[in-house]
Amino acid sequence: MGYVAVRGGEDAIKCAEKLLRYQRLRGGARPLTVEQIEGQLYLAVDRVMGEGSLYAPELAALAIKQAVGDTMEASFILRAYRTTKQRFCCSIPETTKEMRIVRRISAAFKDIPGGQLLGATSDYTLRLLDFDLKDESPQEMRTFIRDVSDIAREGNIPDTFPKVVEILRQEGLLVERKDSIDDRSISDIARQSMTFPESRSGTLQAMARGETGGLLLLAYSNMRGYGDIHPTIGELRVGFVPLKIIHPHTGEPYTVGEVRVTEAEVIARLDVEGETQKFTMGYGLCFGHNEVKAISMAVLDRAMQARKPEMPSEKQEFVLSHIDGIESMGFCNHYKLPHYVTFQSDLDRLRKVKEIHDTEGNLKKNL
Amino acid sequence: MTLKEILRKTFDNGYNFAFLDEGAKREIRRKILKAVAIPGYQTPFGSRELPIARGWGTGGLQITLSIIGTGDTLKVIDQGCDGSVNAVNIKKFIGRVTGVKTTTDTNKASIIQTRHRVPEEIMTEDQILILQVPYPEALRTVEPEETETRRMHAEADYSRMWLYLYEDIVRFGEISIGARYPVAVNGRYIMDPSPIPRWDIPKLDRADTLYLFGAGREKRIYAVPPHTEVKPLEFEDYLFRVEDFGDARCRRCGSCDTFLDEIIDDETGKRFYQCSDTDYCDRRTVDGTGS
Repeated sequence: MGYVAVRGGEDAIKCAEKLLRYQRLRGGARPLTVEQIEGQLYLAVDRVMGEGSLYAPELAALAIKQAVGDTMEASFILRAYRTTKQRFCCSIPETTKEMRIVRRISAAFKDIPGGQLLGATSDYTLRLLDFDLKDESPQEMRTFIRDVSDIAREGNIPDTFPKVVEILRQEGLLVERKDSIDDRSISDIARQSMTFPESRSGTLQAMARGETGGLLLLAYSNMRGYGDIHPTIGELRVGFVPLKIIHPHTGEPYTVGEVRVTEAEVIARLDVEGETQKFTMGYGLCFGHNEVKAISMAVLDRAMQARKPEMPSEKQEFVLSHIDGIESMGFCNHYKLPHYVTFQSDLDRLRKVKEIHDTEGNLKKNL
Repeated sequence: MTLKEILRKTFDNGYNFAFLDEGAKREIRRKILKAVAIPGYQTPFGSRELPIARGWGTGGLQITLSIIGTGDTLKVIDQGCDGSVNAVNIKKFIGRVTGVKTTTDTNKASIIQTRHRVPEEIMTEDQILILQVPYPEALRTVEPEETETRRMHAEADYSRMWLYLYEDIVRFGEISIGARYPVAVNGRYIMDPSPIPRWDIPKLDRADTLYLFGAGREKRIYAVPPHTEVKPLEFEDYLFRVEDFGDARCRRCGSCDTFLDEIIDDETGKRFYQCSDTDYCDRRTVDGTGS
């Protein structure tokens, strides 16, 4: 009976919650520790921190555990937590020149000042299922860690690296952006709804907290031909940037920690500035180690500078309105809610229209 | 601070009254005032994330959380029903973070949050109805871009909307819009009344009650203040019409002047009708006013 099914929601919700937990634990395996997730599923953690827009590895790992591995759901949990937190202060704007680098490559120049640094990457590994991982023992782990301590030592990496795109900039080969960010008017999309055209700071914020898959889809459409920015990766960096604030008592800059980020600078097709031809650039930066996201962001940043936006990836409103994973996921899921009333209303219209149609049909027949 | 300490602090007393921080509530109240001052105009606001997913009523919820006080009595309905899963969930959440009294009785509530329905009972000037809105932009049907719809509203350039209705009549012989029927508010803005059935549209016109509309995902708040004219778009020769239930009656309370849900019996396949507003139906049944 419809009536009975609609009500009794409270009990159903409680039971569904219990079942959810039961589902996670029923296998009988030892409970996952948050520490394990943080240490061994760190790319998932990074992704959740980026999309949840809160840099908190331990909380992100907890959210992944709670969401049973669903990174979208985990990002949602983390962002819902973030929104309740008071803002103590703003950090001091930093350039990434100071970045403590763990990986850095350029696809534009073979030799770059400071050299290429491959770092930890699966790019050139064969993606064969590694059956040995099935039974990785703590003993093996320790042996392996001891054996690789030589390459893993960070001591032989310089503290800072010059930026690759600076070479082009010094030669005057790069178009200077007219919409570069003014420190005094940085927008905050978590506090103000976006308006279009959105400022550059708002645009970058929206993409930095965007869903990786969503950004990739739009960027890929541009790369494939729905757009034509023809990107070359000028520089891709992964590393740590210091987080500095003004000390509330001394008024001096004070480093409170560091944040792992991925930065992509994409050099794109020529444009005319004044009388000369120059390269244009797209910029991407996101929390954690997430190269697909940073590159996609840089491609979209450049695509949205199109003078005459035509393709989806070139339209700022289109891109920025659809890349947020928390919003799109929520809205997609809401279709599971009952729509009896609206459906009834539509049904009424359909029946009426059909009635008119049938009457007209009969009238014609009788003529 | 360790994770354990953070968590203990959070779940014991870390959340503010009504969940949102005071700054957020103040901002939302200011935006509500603006919305009331410009009836039917969509006011952008800094929509916050909530522990309830986008698309599940976060706009309505933020309005409720911003205006609710300890003296309020709350009612939450979804599709006219107090017991529906989403309504229960939202009511449970608000109850947990405010501790206010809740009710299912429309007459006893000071704040009612709703999805897809306006209660059958005529509401008073002491009550506020908060509607959850999925698509705040009535013009979205004819224009996907926000920059363009904002211009159209600013210039009251609604020709494309009228054309849409005209073409609808040409194609179907009637305006085929079911729910979410566009209305003109105070002779100025065309407004999306949220996906309420056409049945509920007349209740918005010159009502005693304040109607607030919240779209969390789209980050807009708008309002129909009391005693404001709300007119559904119609042509002189093609009038707006509410849903027609023929001679159907509610099988519980016998009502023939309420919006009815159509229900199909599992076993017999027989079709019958029941009030969509369960509270109204319940009270009529208890009163014995039903047949």
